[in-house]
Amino acid sequence: MTWILFLEQSLNGLQFGLMLFLLASGLTLVFGIMDMINLAHGALYMVGAFLAAWLAELTLSFLWGVLLAVPLTALFGMVLEASLLRSLYRRDHMSQVLATFALILIINEAVRMIWGSDLALSAPAALSGPVELLPGLKYPSYRLVIIGVGLALALFLYLLVTQTRMGAWVRAGASNRDMAMAMGINIQRLFTLVFGLGAAMCAVAGAMLGPLLAVQVGMGESILILAFVVIVIGGIGSIWGAFVGSLLVGFVDTFGRTLLPHLFRELFPPQVAATAGPAAASIMVYLLMAVVLFIRPQGLFARRS
Amino acid sequence: MSGPLSTAGETKPWVWCCLLVLAVGLGWLMQAQGLGFYLSMLSRMMIYGLAACSLNLILGYGGLVSFGHAAFVGIGAYTVGILITEGVPSGWIGFPAAMLVSAVFAALIGAISLRTRGVYFIMITLAFAQMVYYLVNSVKAYGGDEGLNIRMRSDFGFGLNLKNDLAFYYLVLLCLALSLWFMHRLMHSRFGRVVLAQRDDDVRTEALGFAVYRYQMVLFVLAGAIGGLSGALMVNQQNYVNPNLMHWTQSGVLMVMVILGGVGTLAGGLWGALLLLTLEDVFAEYTVHWQFYVGWILLAVVLMAPQGLAGLFKRRDQEGRHG
Amino acid sequence: MKAGRLLALSMASLLAASLVQASDKVKIGFVSTLSGPNGALGAEIRDAFNLAVKLNGGKLGGLPAEVLIGDDQFKPDVGKQLFERYVKRDKVDFMTGVVFSNIMLAGLPEAVGEKTFYLSPNAAPSPIAGKECSPYFFAVSWPNDAYHEAAGQYATTKGFKSAYLIAPNYQAGKDSLAGFKRYYKGKVAAEVYTKLGQLDYSAELAEIRAAKPDVLYFFLPGGMGINFIKQFVAAGLNKDTKLVLPGFGADQDIIRSVGEEMLGINDTAHWALDLNNAANKKFVTEFEKEYKRLPTVYAAQGYDTALLIDAAVRGAKGNLDDKEAMRRHIKEAKFESVRGAFRFNTNQYPIQNYYLREVQKDAQGRLVNKIVSQTPVLANHGDAYVQDCPMK
Repeated sequence: MTWILFLEQSLNGLQFGLMLFLLASGLTLVFGIMDMINLAHGALYMVGAFLAAWLAELTLSFLWGVLLAVPLTALFGMVLEASLLRSLYRRDHMSQVLATFALILIINEAVRMIWGSDLALSAPAALSGPVELLPGLKYPSYRLVIIGVGLALALFLYLLVTQTRMGAWVRAGASNRDMAMAMGINIQRLFTLVFGLGAAMCAVAGAMLGPLLAVQVGMGESILILAFVVIVIGGIGSIWGAFVGSLLVGFVDTFGRTLLPHLFRELFPPQVAATAGPAAASIMVYLLMAVVLFIRPQGLFARRS
Repeated sequence: MSGPLSTAGETKPWVWCCLLVLAVGLGWLMQAQGLGFYLSMLSRMMIYGLAACSLNLILGYGGLVSFGHAAFVGIGAYTVGILITEGVPSGWIGFPAAMLVSAVFAALIGAISLRTRGVYFIMITLAFAQMVYYLVNSVKAYGGDEGLNIRMRSDFGFGLNLKNDLAFYYLVLLCLALSLWFMHRLMHSRFGRVVLAQRDDDVRTEALGFAVYRYQMVLFVLAGAIGGLSGALMVNQQNYVNPNLMHWTQSGVLMVMVILGGVGTLAGGLWGALLLLTLEDVFAEYTVHWQFYVGWILLAVVLMAPQGLAGLFKRRDQEGRHG
Repeated sequence: MKAGRLLALSMASLLAASLVQASDKVKIGFVSTLSGPNGALGAEIRDAFNLAVKLNGGKLGGLPAEVLIGDDQFKPDVGKQLFERYVKRDKVDFMTGVVFSNIMLAGLPEAVGEKTFYLSPNAAPSPIAGKECSPYFFAVSWPNDAYHEAAGQYATTKGFKSAYLIAPNYQAGKDSLAGFKRYYKGKVAAEVYTKLGQLDYSAELAEIRAAKPDVLYFFLPGGMGINFIKQFVAAGLNKDTKLVLPGFGADQDIIRSVGEEMLGINDTAHWALDLNNAANKKFVTEFEKEYKRLPTVYAAQGYDTALLIDAAVRGAKGNLDDKEAMRRHIKEAKFESVRGAFRFNTNQYPIQNYYLREVQKDAQGRLVNKIVSQTPVLANHGDAYVQDCPMK
């Protein structure tokens, strides 16, 4: 493998990992603070993508599409939280799983009824070409923008959680909710805000990934599983864990998809290599999770006391 | 249910017998009326019902929220499918093989998963199911993600032609009846009592001297085996199997069936399957958005039946909620 | 028991909905991918099929035509269930429509099992051309390998030394690269199989950049192809690597989505908008009038399928029950195809010409695929599997 190839794949892994982080961060916060398994998190990602595609079409601007979709999705998330999900906090995980599974069905079909099964979303024309990072390494400029946005949001989240009062509440709530309540933190409002924040992050991921993957009904389900794997690896409730976990999964997945087939192609005929490679890559991610759970059952950076 | 040992509220045996007789008669009537297509549909619903009942064994009775149960159904289906493709169409070999292979996988997956608790158990079972899904996807020799078409149904000899809708329906009915009877006997045995006890409070049960892990393992393996049986029937019914059968969303569907029908009851999975699949088909005739309506119904059931689920899991879950 | 009562009610309503229909019409079951990133393909076939029926006064072969349309959602099990419903419950006379080979292969046994003809407006995989041929299967499109064989022939003629090949990992994908290699005499730099339905090709594109092939040939239908080309251009690879595609990879739907970057791309196909015959002129004009867009090869095939059914039913004088006679009439293929000369081989796959096309601007400045030369790249071409089929 040449250096150029390695660098390019690293960038791909970084890009994917950062987008995963946007989803995983919201998921881990909701799980960590509200102790709720939210299977409908992927649906928020989908709603964000559809809103972005629809608004981009209306305003004829990709940027406006994204900028408008984010607060709208956050609003949708907060309304969802205040109305339906709030009654699930006190319930057992099983009920949460089922209720949010039902929500997936409802939201998927609602989106299909409003917009149809899929919408087109194109990256802005200015970003449809490559940037020459190094001689011989031309990387799609749009993906670079994704990396930039992902890093910026990660930094923003880090500052929010460590430097602001709200962030302190979030950390308190994540490590010991009852104690946090006893200390007078307005838990209801905090929950709604956290949920809205998570929804906003999902929307950014959905809108940014829309041009690369398709904006279609059901797009949330596949990425949701990976997001759960990420937070289990990283430790529930830990943003830093979600960050590390996302990057780990992003790199393992990307390199797995290319290194393993390379290796297999040396050893096996192309058709075997072609499926064995990606299959092994997908399994690698789950193996990674199993190994982490075996060594450190609560995840790498768990915050539970 | 007012306690682990209570038989109050359970359906009396003679009701079951009547239902069985009715089912036998219904099948014959439908065949006579030329409604073979609907008989085939009913068989399909019953097969899903069997799969859901096997999930209920670990979910309702065992209190184990496994998101990977569909994997066992798929494994059973592929076992029979592969055997038939390789020239071993005998059902006498295929069906037991399906149950055995599923049981082995259940043992392997259970051995590791049952060492975890709460959400980690859910995630690990899900992860293992996905691994099986990807593995099967990669075996191109048996179709990969295109799925595996099988030319003929299992052969049980005695001139029994399973291509006949009625014959197949009776086979499904037989498997269903036997499995339910087995589960009933199991849960009313000493084994069953321990299982129910650990569902409500595993710490206390352990303290009483029972090796909870071992009981859970046996339950998990049995559930896997019966899941495999439903898979064997399913591949016969569809003459086709593909890896999607094992996807985590399918496990979710099975869970939905169990909840709708009544978790922790003997045939809850069966009623749930019949209800859900019929709703699907009925709604699908009128609107392509049937999942929307089914979703609302499900949400309503979950939100408005606090006793049904919370009562079953409350004590077990609080262990994970403190701290 | 509430569930039981509900069940009984529902079963009753289902029964009522399926009372046996009269048999003085032609019933067609149309199953295709009508949603998701590849939904445009199924829509093309459906629209063209419906157009043909409409232009024929709502009839096929003189009988009123009823077309039942179902969406397989790109899932083989859904497709199979739809086949089962149309064949067993609705007792259709013909099945048609499926775009993707894997879905068609899942559903075909249902049709064959009930002796219902399946006329394929697209999927035509090699196993069914050869050992597993069936008297109930007719390919009205082209053998899955054909476009790729023509492309391979073109690449050889053009003198490309090394070729990088990509296809999705399913039967048609494997057929495609096998077909290309059958006629391509240069060196194969790599043969990569991606996941069916995969939409992000960043990893594969990085590999292509590192390999520096003379020509890149890929088979990625529908949304897969659109995404690939867009990402190919975004990665700046279109400046360094020559692209040759199978016909549908550069067809109108892709052109609409990708745009100007498609100019100059060469592809091979058995049909083009400017193919010179009366049936085609009528088809293109009417299609554009009805649907306000230019048709793709998928549409051309859907249209031809309807015409074939029309001719066959007419030949059989409306007798839909004599399957043997119907088979003979279908095989005669006495219809005016939009691609000119059309006939069936012994394995019920087509023998026809394959041309080289190029994406250019037409008189109105629109991007279209034009025939480069009226001399076909492969003339009267059948397929490589016909000798394995026992049918004569």
